[in-house]
Amino acid sequence: MSDLTDLGIRQIRDGVANGDLSAREVAEAFNAAVAAAKPLNAFIVETPEHALAAADKVDQARAAGETLPSMAGVPIGMKDLFCTNGVQTTAASHILEGFKPEYESTVSQKLWDAGAGMLGKLNLDQFAMGSSNETSYFGNVVSPWRRNDGGNAPLAPGGSSGGSAAVVAGRIAPGATGTDTGGSIRQPAAFVGISGIKPTYGRCSRWGTIAFASSLDQAGPMARDVRDCAIMLEAMSGFDAKDATSLDVPVPQWEAGLNASMAGKRVGIPREYRVDNMPEEIEALWQQGIAWMKDAGAEIVEVSLPHTRYALPAYYIIAPAEASSNLARYDGVRYGQRDLPEAANLQDMYAATRAAGFGDEVKRRILIGTYVLSAGFYDAYFTQASKVRALIAQDFERAWERCDVLLTPTAPSAAFALGEKSADPLAMYLNDVFTVPSSLAGLPAMSVPGGLDKAGLPLGLQVIGRALDEQGVLNAALAIEERAGFNARPERWW
Amino acid sequence: MTNMETSYRIKGATGDWEVVIGLEVHAQVTSNAKLFSGAATAFGAEPNSQVSLVDAAMPGMLPVPNRECIRQAVRTGMAIDAQINKWSRFDRKNYFYADLPQGYQISQLYHPLVGEGAVEIEDDGRSKTIGVERIHVEQDAGKLMHDQHPKRSYVDLNRSGVALMEIVSKPDMRSPAEAGAYLTKLRSILRYVGSCDGNMDQGSMRADVNVSVRKPGDEFGTRTETKNVNSIRFVMAAIEHEAKRQVAVLEDGGTIQQETRLFNPDTGTTRSMRSKEDAHDYRYFPDPDLLPLELDDEFLDECRASLPELPGAKRKRYEALGISAYAADVITAEVESARWFDALLDAGAKPVAAANWVTSELFGALNRLGKSIGESPVQPGQAAELLALVADGTLSGSLAKQVFEAMLETGDAPGKIVEERGLKQTSDTGAIEAVIADVLEKNPKQLEQYRGGKEALFGFFVGQTMKAMAGKANPQVVNDLLKKALAG
Repeated sequence: MSDLTDLGIRQIRDGVANGDLSAREVAEAFNAAVAAAKPLNAFIVETPEHALAAADKVDQARAAGETLPSMAGVPIGMKDLFCTNGVQTTAASHILEGFKPEYESTVSQKLWDAGAGMLGKLNLDQFAMGSSNETSYFGNVVSPWRRNDGGNAPLAPGGSSGGSAAVVAGRIAPGATGTDTGGSIRQPAAFVGISGIKPTYGRCSRWGTIAFASSLDQAGPMARDVRDCAIMLEAMSGFDAKDATSLDVPVPQWEAGLNASMAGKRVGIPREYRVDNMPEEIEALWQQGIAWMKDAGAEIVEVSLPHTRYALPAYYIIAPAEASSNLARYDGVRYGQRDLPEAANLQDMYAATRAAGFGDEVKRRILIGTYVLSAGFYDAYFTQASKVRALIAQDFERAWERCDVLLTPTAPSAAFALGEKSADPLAMYLNDVFTVPSSLAGLPAMSVPGGLDKAGLPLGLQVIGRALDEQGVLNAALAIEERAGFNARPERWW
Repeated sequence: MTNMETSYRIKGATGDWEVVIGLEVHAQVTSNAKLFSGAATAFGAEPNSQVSLVDAAMPGMLPVPNRECIRQAVRTGMAIDAQINKWSRFDRKNYFYADLPQGYQISQLYHPLVGEGAVEIEDDGRSKTIGVERIHVEQDAGKLMHDQHPKRSYVDLNRSGVALMEIVSKPDMRSPAEAGAYLTKLRSILRYVGSCDGNMDQGSMRADVNVSVRKPGDEFGTRTETKNVNSIRFVMAAIEHEAKRQVAVLEDGGTIQQETRLFNPDTGTTRSMRSKEDAHDYRYFPDPDLLPLELDDEFLDECRASLPELPGAKRKRYEALGISAYAADVITAEVESARWFDALLDAGAKPVAAANWVTSELFGALNRLGKSIGESPVQPGQAAELLALVADGTLSGSLAKQVFEAMLETGDAPGKIVEERGLKQTSDTGAIEAVIADVLEKNPKQLEQYRGGKEALFGFFVGQTMKAMAGKANPQVVNDLLKKALAG
């Protein structure tokens, strides 16, 4: 038997179910991988005892002859944006350091109910704001990948779900939860050569997930392959009466519905996604993806999404606006950090607490959001951005008249070095150019690995689908996966 | 009644000033749970004992609208004939304060649940329509407690997230009395509908008072807003003080600052709280945690069908039964008395006699005992029985009063009291004749005077006879038999 940590979700689930593996030995193997991975700084909190307890429960259930649930025996990483009962939850921010919720987020609870265990709480960009993991209060995650130039420059794992991406790529966890507001699952998945899907807005409950931008935030799985994503997404999804934006629709059996044939399907290629200065390799991969789609039986159609270029500016108005309000509750009054200077009044306490508690990028977005909602600017910014958002959704609606899914690159570049873009917020924001439009429209979208660039770094392709058509997205991604034969993995250096 | 403007004016050195008043009433919605959480809403609970994770704004918590609160606001809108908006939306009003855990209040700025409506008031024999601009639903804040610690303030979040209706009037009132009449009527409607208990002393209903003054016929003046006034009397006092203050400022050559003021009930005065320049920029925007509120016809039909008969309709119905306008007004002013009266009619009481008895005997007695109608020792069914005994001649008016007193004391049914105490009126001519004969025999002097022409003594003989019969003789029968006997 090869190393247990090489196994993915399906393999572990099936191995545990048929008795080839004990859940405990799997948990122990991944706990050891977690303990050995400190140089990646992927975890804020490690919870080996949680993984073991869940594993033992699964082993007992199997011994008792019970039917095992869908993720039985699978230890996973939990992005530290999901509130976990009794386990510190920080959103990678100093302001929540030491905060231990007395409740469990709906998504994490569903995963525990499905038999998964928790290896630890994963590092991320602070409050999920960032594309490189450099905004975490707890230090940046280091990508397990390195360029093949021998320089060993530490690379960004992408963000905001950077810890999730790093542990799945580094064989430290078979799967991890992510959240995606403007690309925070897809871009890091592309950077580290794994799969990740953001489902339709409303599929996964937001209850108990620390909010960044409520109208955009969606949880989703990050895993080694498309099938593993389908299994995990099924476990995470479902209506939740505690979230007023949750969709009251049944959860399809995505894993059972997987089908890599694209016969009779039309794949749209949006011409506006050809951006200036896009590396040739990205363009080449895109063309390769189109060839794979044809090979799978799809008809290729060129489509237009005319408002695409307004998506990024609209996103960077709407998301900060919502964030500026969502983060008002971190005031030092009821939980988390409190900074109470000598002789401070209430306003002084707010100012000191928030000045010390939030990182620079969070403060930048709170300032932007406060500005765009202010009297006199509201119509020019927020109202206008909301109109753009409606037009972008309309663009997609029109595209669906001509195609079933869209194929685009996930990100405009491969992983960059840590520090390379952190001084230039606009360059950083451009990373989201391909992922943001589908977020604004609430559509399911997935990144799947396509190949490596010249530096030996992974590149991802993005599939975008109709609302509630996760199956169509997963199937198209599977067709790519089967043809790409992507099996590159980072060499272990940590 | 006539619909004419009030003559209320502030007398200034430069002439008469007219007062323009608009009220924003915050009415706590009667509901077991808060607007966006399942926490309880009972008044007077231990601090922080009715706080859910949502009310405390814990990380990741989300609001879910409580349908009952929406229903109550819709029913209230229907009760004032207002436009009900089938599509409305919640907005966030952003500001920092320790009693506001989320850092924003969920309210409705851009698309309120209820649009324009109207409230009819009567003031001093005049009737007037006061326009309502809108009703929206919003969350209440918590409460700061400054008396628990020498240096610290504590926060009680029991009220945090409780549903309020903000009922915004148009600037249609022109005197403190009209404002008082509006609040009284609005409170009455809310209590009829059952959407707010109207307990101003418990903070269930409070008003922000907008006041400006102008010379009659001029444009509206600059207004001030006096916040959170918690009784009808205080609202009237605040208006009077604020109007006089504004007139004094203007006549001194000053200008009125648009500002927020506070009312001090101890002094009856208002003072500045913050000016327009210091006003918050609330950065309202649609709450992204909530979908727009869409109401279907079935829901609206149910709301409408569940509305009780409202005071205006009830009054008209009573007047059609022959009840005086005055009595109808008194009975319908409070929903409890109207319900009590309806139960009395349902028990078979004749409307006019019942209305007279309720407004004089019952209200008089309850007033004397310091009890509300809900605490009345006499129930409507018992009262109907009492009125029936009067109607069929079993009880005279004075006997009925005696029986009613006994009912108030014992809570017993009138039949039982009449039986036990032998208070039944008698028309037994034989018995009455025997008593009369005895009275004449015992008073020969008066008899002689009467027969000598002093007929004013008739009353004396009636009194003696009734006294001898302990008041239980039928007065008419006594009269007839006495006349006969005296005639000799």
